[in-house]
Amino acid sequence: MNGYDFLQIFMALFVLVLLTPILGAFFHKSLSGKSTLLSKVAAPFEKLVYVVSGVDEKEEMDWKQYLKAILAFNLVGFLFVFFVLLFQGSLPLNPAKLPDLSWHLAFNTAVSFMTNTNWQSYAGEATMSHFSQMVALAGQNFFSAATGLSAMLVLVRAFKNNQSKKLGNFWVDINRSIIYILLPLSILWSVLLASQGVIQNLSAPVTVKTLEGKEQVIAQGPVASQIAIKQLGTNGGGFFNTNSSHPYENPTPLSNFLELLALLLIPAALTLTFGYMMNKPKEGWILFSAMMIVLVLGLTVSLWSEHQQGVYSAMEGKEVRFGVTNSILWSTFTTAASNGSVNAMHSSLTPLAGGMAMLNMLFGEVIFGGVGCGLYGMLLYVLLTVFIAGLMVGRTPEYLGKKIEAFDIKMAVIGILAPSFVILFGVAFSLITPSVMSSLMHKGPHGFSEIFYAFTSAAANNGSAFAGLSANTPILNTLLGVAMLIGRFAVMIPVMALAGNIAGKKIMPESVGTFRTDNFLFVFLLVGVIVIVGALTFFPALSLGPIIEQIALIQGKVL
Amino acid sequence: MKQKMLTKEMYIQAIVDSFAKLNPKTLIKNPVIFITAIGALITTVILLSHSFNWFECQIALWLWFTVLFANFSEAIAEGKGKAQAESLKKSRTQSVARLLKNGKESKINATELRKGDLVVCESGDVIPADGEIVEGLASVDESAITGESAPVVRESGGDRSAVTGGTRVLSDRIVIKISVDPGEGFLDRMISLVEGASRQKTPNEIALSLLLSALTLVFLAAVVTLKFFADFAGETVTIPVLVSLLICLIPTTIGGLLSAIGISGMDRLIQKNVIALSGRAVEAAGDIDILLLDKTGTITHGNRMASEFIPAPNIGEKEMYRLAYMASMSDDTPEGKSIIEFAKNKYSELQDTNLGESEFVPFTAQTRMSGINQGKVQVRKGALDAIEKHVASLGGHMPAETIRAAENIARSGGTPLVVCENERVFGVIYLKDVVKNGIRERFLELRKMGIKTIMITGDNPLTAASIAAEAGVDDFMAQATPEMKLKRIREEQEKGHLVAMTGDGTNDAPALAQADVGVAMNTGTQAAREAGNMIDLDSNPTKLIEIVETGKQILMTRGSLTTFSIANDVAKYFAIIPALFAGLYASGAQSGPLSALNVMNLQSPESAILSAVIFNALVIVALIPLALRGVAYKAVGAKALLQRNIFIYGLGGLITPFIGIKLIDVLINLI
Repeated sequence: MNGYDFLQIFMALFVLVLLTPILGAFFHKSLSGKSTLLSKVAAPFEKLVYVVSGVDEKEEMDWKQYLKAILAFNLVGFLFVFFVLLFQGSLPLNPAKLPDLSWHLAFNTAVSFMTNTNWQSYAGEATMSHFSQMVALAGQNFFSAATGLSAMLVLVRAFKNNQSKKLGNFWVDINRSIIYILLPLSILWSVLLASQGVIQNLSAPVTVKTLEGKEQVIAQGPVASQIAIKQLGTNGGGFFNTNSSHPYENPTPLSNFLELLALLLIPAALTLTFGYMMNKPKEGWILFSAMMIVLVLGLTVSLWSEHQQGVYSAMEGKEVRFGVTNSILWSTFTTAASNGSVNAMHSSLTPLAGGMAMLNMLFGEVIFGGVGCGLYGMLLYVLLTVFIAGLMVGRTPEYLGKKIEAFDIKMAVIGILAPSFVILFGVAFSLITPSVMSSLMHKGPHGFSEIFYAFTSAAANNGSAFAGLSANTPILNTLLGVAMLIGRFAVMIPVMALAGNIAGKKIMPESVGTFRTDNFLFVFLLVGVIVIVGALTFFPALSLGPIIEQIALIQGKVL
Repeated sequence: MKQKMLTKEMYIQAIVDSFAKLNPKTLIKNPVIFITAIGALITTVILLSHSFNWFECQIALWLWFTVLFANFSEAIAEGKGKAQAESLKKSRTQSVARLLKNGKESKINATELRKGDLVVCESGDVIPADGEIVEGLASVDESAITGESAPVVRESGGDRSAVTGGTRVLSDRIVIKISVDPGEGFLDRMISLVEGASRQKTPNEIALSLLLSALTLVFLAAVVTLKFFADFAGETVTIPVLVSLLICLIPTTIGGLLSAIGISGMDRLIQKNVIALSGRAVEAAGDIDILLLDKTGTITHGNRMASEFIPAPNIGEKEMYRLAYMASMSDDTPEGKSIIEFAKNKYSELQDTNLGESEFVPFTAQTRMSGINQGKVQVRKGALDAIEKHVASLGGHMPAETIRAAENIARSGGTPLVVCENERVFGVIYLKDVVKNGIRERFLELRKMGIKTIMITGDNPLTAASIAAEAGVDDFMAQATPEMKLKRIREEQEKGHLVAMTGDGTNDAPALAQADVGVAMNTGTQAAREAGNMIDLDSNPTKLIEIVETGKQILMTRGSLTTFSIANDVAKYFAIIPALFAGLYASGAQSGPLSALNVMNLQSPESAILSAVIFNALVIVALIPLALRGVAYKAVGAKALLQRNIFIYGLGGLITPFIGIKLIDVLINLI
């Protein structure tokens, strides 16, 4: 590694830290209905939505009503995308005359975008019409991110409420998330990316004659706008098959930096939004620090592993324009953030760096994680930490003044562990199912990593692919679709139930006997619990994939 | 009830019980150990199904040991309680009761007594059931329950009227109104509590069990799927080895010791002569952040003694003494008695005072006065403001000198009692009260634990403030009535605090019931003893502090051992995973890549797995003393406690198994 590598890492992390409190405060104001710089422009649109939809913005919901609204909204979103994809051949804005999708691909894709996963079993430019991209997929890019954010708000309000079951209004939350946060940032990012040469048009593919005299078809489309929300909304579903390593998606070092930053921007800022909402910014910084520490640890291990191989030897599968360090920064950020866009093929990372990408997801996407869901997932870990550590000071554990009791632990544990079961059993089932095994490109540890990565990515709602797995088969589309659904809702539903329970509790006053969560000792504990609980479950599996591969690589063995 | 040491018989009994607890119905109550037992069973079946394999035999044996060790920890914790219950049962011998019906005595069996019956007890009689003395006074030997051999005085009226079945009357004759039906008596409840028969899991214990069960499930998933992963990799792993991995990963340490921690916690309280009527209360005690303490008896010695009579202007000294004497004649509180004594010492002729036709006016918390009515003459004594109101209502007024005298008394920490006859004020009685030695330090300690103390007293604000300052409490409630106490508890609970209090009087009962932890004094009334969720047999109100410590200790022990248990897993992985897959992709004599993870350099795959399993079993035994004793508690604040426990049990839990497994591996290979 040279000075430029360190500079790039430093810049990415520094700007992220710098923007976190600014955006965090802005999100807090926007989501709480307070006036901001943007209010003049955006507030009329917000009100307009209420008028048109007939939503009473003062009316608050309890957790069950809120959850019903989320589920209904997601179901409608799923059905819409599913049918658009199923009949896209007959729909407008299809200059490339792309055909209808198969039922299983439509199912997988609709689930994928609805759950903020953006797992893609298809090549974007060769499968999706402009209509499908702009209306169906981009719509869910906004809605799934806003759904995660709204669910997060419910849990935050639950901690804030002193014995009140009212947890806000889903329609208001989702509306504000989109109008004040996702849309403005997407517009800003679209313009910035377009300025770097990311294309934005509605044209049909262009056929050109190359220097070699061969014909090449170059896909066109509304790329800049799609990429902006893809990066910002922790979605990750690229316009092109090669995602952000495609020159139309990511043409320059600046566009790469902007897209890299956008991966973590909103999830990071939401830690501080949480802090401001609780009126305890320090608690927000605590979560931010814990996430940052795990992120940097993973980044360090990955970079170490990659640079072991010398500057050039690890270049296979990486974009020459970006090099090793930028590829690893991206692979770490995208798996930490539950985004899943890539600028290098993860299958081609060194085994350990690939393993760290998996581990980031296996933690449950809480290292910043998805928009909203990263924070609520992290709060589940916080409750677990508070419970174990809180007992050690001789009191019923409490967090932010709320006692953590049996029901809360039950919900937290379900939310943390449910995806683990999906991953473990999904992979085990696949390994004994010949129709799945025929999709693997490799045998041995790398083949194991391919299938393990796929289920991890789906269950963690990340969406990145390891490459090497031919996923567009009826069985894998269905299995992974179900994994994504469980990965999303087996966490979100317990979180909502938890919020309902926490909201009704009294806020206990602090004393010197209280276990404090706003110091570095707690950060240390939290990181310890995430690493131990998250990694212990998967150590045997990882040892048969990336770990054995890495050791063999060091020993100079070919497996 | 004094501490029972662990005897040889108790160990033998516990070993027998550990086998009895292999009953699946008992095992299933503890999911972690239940899974361990199933693992042991599977390994045994596999062992028996093929030709003898010494390695699998050892695994099977150690897995059974793991289960037995966990059972043993519970059995030994229960054993202490059982021994105590045995000695209690001896005092529950069949006794004959002397039933009093319509003034006639008849002998019936004590078990036939019902609530509301009246019985007579004379010296030598065993009190047949719990009740309240309605007539008479007696000295009672309560050693059967309290272990204290000095007899106590029980008398009708006041707060020392409750008697307990199974105790013995030493002198005099009393009539007792029975307050419980057979089998529900204090002694019966105590026996079942001590035995642990009625033990229910406490809220934190339930939450922790849930977490442990979930971890067990996820490790089960990890191990079951590992079989498929290994098959894909081309490595055969045997079931006994997978079972070993599973048992090493699931939290057997805390799972095995969990119930022992709870049982021994209750047991430690019993050794301190506190009977907790529910485990929930013991746990709540650890959470207490506000302590309501009665001034009298807790903070001060309580015997407020008359030390001076200060007559009002124009009142003769003898006149004042006579009135004070009269006002106290029907007052059987220690204060009343001390006034009588004081007056008699000066003017012995007062002894012959004849009240004639007169009516006793008892002290009530509302009027805060007591005295007698003799025809139209109303003699009263009471707090300054109460008397002031009283004389004002009759058209009199309080002389300024008397007010000044009363205020002086209050300021110096004493209690002024003003005496009046009708509208005429006669003077002030100076009652002196002394703060206990060492109580100030106790409160300082409580503050460090994050507990606020509130002193409750019937005294006026001035008196209360002076004593509060001397004792170093955080807050005080002066002129407190039972209603105010109850209200204050509700208010504090509304704000999210958990409140503990002690009490003995009948009027304390509502507050005792409302408090999260209500400790009733054994000397108290039956009503108080029923309302509280703990009973202190020593009737020592400062005991609350020890109760809080015990509550905290139980939680700390659970948390620390959970941390230890989970941290242990890291080392176990480094022992078992390389052992499992050492042969994977091995070429010739060189072992496979994963043997690089064998950082402990364990001899062979078999000895590595066996060492991990043996360590896992032995660590339970090694920690039994800690589970029974509890993690040490020091009043140093949450942060320091946490740092200490994380260091010992977190870091220790991470490192210890590396050393332990390595040592066992070396030993195995020596043999």
